[in-house]
Amino acid sequence: MSSPVATQPSPPTPTTEVERPKKSLLSTLLTRPEIGSFAAAIAIFIFFTVIAEPFRTLPALSTVLYASSSIGIVAVGVALLMIGGEFDLSAGVSVVTGALTASMISYQLNANLWVGVLVSLVVMLAIGFVNGYLVVRTGIPSFLITLSTFFMLTGINLGVTKLVTGTVATQNVADMDGFASARAVFASEFALGGVTVRITVLWWIFFVALATWILLRTRLGNWIFAVGGNAASARAVGVPVNKVKIGLFMGVAFMCWFYGMHILFSFNTVQSGQGVGNEFLYIIAAVVGGCLLTGGYGSAIGAAVGAFIFGMTTQGIVFAGWDPNWFKFFLGAMLLLAVILNLYVKNYALNRRS
Amino acid sequence: MSTRKTMRTLAVAAALGIALAACSSQGGAQQEQGGAGGPAGGNVGGEQFTIAMVTHEQPGDTFWDRIRAGAEDAARAHNVDLKYSNGAQAPEQATLVQNAIDSQVDGLAVTLAQVEQVGPAAKAAADRGIPVVAFNAGKDDYQRFGAKMYFGSDESLAGQAAGQRLAQDGAQKVICVVQEQGHVALEARCAGVAASFPNTENLYVQGTDLPSVRSTIGAKLQEDPSITHVIALGAPFALTALESVSDAGSQAKVATFDLNVDAAKAIQEGTLMFAVDQQPYVQGYMAVASLWLNLTNGNDMGGGGPVLTGPSFVDSTNVEQIVTYAQNNKR
Repeated sequence: MSSPVATQPSPPTPTTEVERPKKSLLSTLLTRPEIGSFAAAIAIFIFFTVIAEPFRTLPALSTVLYASSSIGIVAVGVALLMIGGEFDLSAGVSVVTGALTASMISYQLNANLWVGVLVSLVVMLAIGFVNGYLVVRTGIPSFLITLSTFFMLTGINLGVTKLVTGTVATQNVADMDGFASARAVFASEFALGGVTVRITVLWWIFFVALATWILLRTRLGNWIFAVGGNAASARAVGVPVNKVKIGLFMGVAFMCWFYGMHILFSFNTVQSGQGVGNEFLYIIAAVVGGCLLTGGYGSAIGAAVGAFIFGMTTQGIVFAGWDPNWFKFFLGAMLLLAVILNLYVKNYALNRRS
Repeated sequence: MSTRKTMRTLAVAAALGIALAACSSQGGAQQEQGGAGGPAGGNVGGEQFTIAMVTHEQPGDTFWDRIRAGAEDAARAHNVDLKYSNGAQAPEQATLVQNAIDSQVDGLAVTLAQVEQVGPAAKAAADRGIPVVAFNAGKDDYQRFGAKMYFGSDESLAGQAAGQRLAQDGAQKVICVVQEQGHVALEARCAGVAASFPNTENLYVQGTDLPSVRSTIGAKLQEDPSITHVIALGAPFALTALESVSDAGSQAKVATFDLNVDAAKAIQEGTLMFAVDQQPYVQGYMAVASLWLNLTNGNDMGGGGPVLTGPSFVDSTNVEQIVTYAQNNKR
């Protein structure tokens, strides 16, 4: 993507604004990447509210939000990475890598669980760094680099777990020191007006807000857009392209680590074969939310709405009592509709402006 | 443009003609008997209950189709509104159990393959007063998580029984083909085989890709001619293993866990030794029927212990009837 800067809805830059006629609020809204996904989310929400009776209840909303956060947390990191013009196919399994690492380090060393949590964070950031470093040093597309990482981590998850524990799942760590406090941070839930709220939902909102602030209000955000839009031009004007890209991969790794901790502390044990395939869900959430596959365009809020659409669809189909054999078909159809709607709204906005 | 349109019309017409002309005079759907109705026994009680069934099914597996067939037949017989859902990954399945609680179902049937992850969600349902039945997996843990009953096989026991059969057959070396790495129940089966027949080696294959399964088993047989028996953990993989055996020109015999139509026919023809059947249809049927009994009559089953639906052996002695049942999607 190397369109002229004029069509880029980039955040306000410190350069002097060219005199332009005042835009209406509607035009401003329509140029936001996430607007299409908002429309799709509202449509899908109304659809399931009408069609599925249990979907209308507050406990159902709580379950939908939780299902959304389980995709949404990592999708925030993936969205930033995609805006920066790169892919990460290893995000699904590295969630499990993070959880396995924390669990096994603590269990084998008889250490406080927080030791495992921190060691896991270091390991995960290292994986993210290696992904990013290989991409910027070799110039090989990140699709291929992270595909290799995906396979390697899948093998490591199984191989190391079998080697260390003798089985294919980790031991239960619920009775170890630090479990209660770690669970409070990563996997607690509390009642709010008779509805159970899971803490991941709050973390998810927090991460989305943080990423949005970075994208729209900081120099780093400008760099991310620039790197994804046109890396050569960005480098020419002094943006540290390589550092930004490596940082974005580490950002995804951090999010994977966080969600991996949630898996560990909400379920006490980790199955080593899981997580395969989830990387596409994160990418889909980001794309439905308006991120372009080519980089340089997108938003964190959009990725959150994309994850919410996914959560509504997965749970809504069950609430509606449809035959799950068709589940993937419905899911695909919903996603296709969302993406088409995105494109339509975007084109409409561009035509209005011209 | 118009010529292109004409061409396209002609092409479609030709394709239709070929399709019609290619109608087979035998086999295919025309051979199928009329649909197999549900079992006898109409609805006894008046009230309709809603029962949710949440499994760890990998979509598109014949085994799970039998579990569903049993569950649906029981639901029909007892006028139960069955809500079936499945999540192959533990967090997903736990969320679906929560989904069933939100929907305020009258009963819950759940597979506890990933017991530590899904168990707490099942317990939450039991704490809400929803009767919970575990089936297919979770035999040792179901009571911890508030389930009233369990219907299923004991994987380790089934493995040991299979190992004994192989030993009786004079096996020298056995390979146990695991189609999904990291699957606890499958590992338990192979461990059971190894417990009663120590010279057993596990072979991991990519179960989602049958051609690669075929080549992996074939390569293993060529590499190690001392292998006398192959035991697969699912019927499709046993049939693939038969092909690998002929590819490799090996004399190895093949046996399997679980059953499908083709495996039953292969046993009938004598190419497959035996199948260790855990009777998935019974698991699905009993899970729903027992919940219905509990809701309408306060019953429980198993005398406080698990109800075992297997291992039940299918071999040359009893396969004749079972082929018919398998064709009805019930064995």
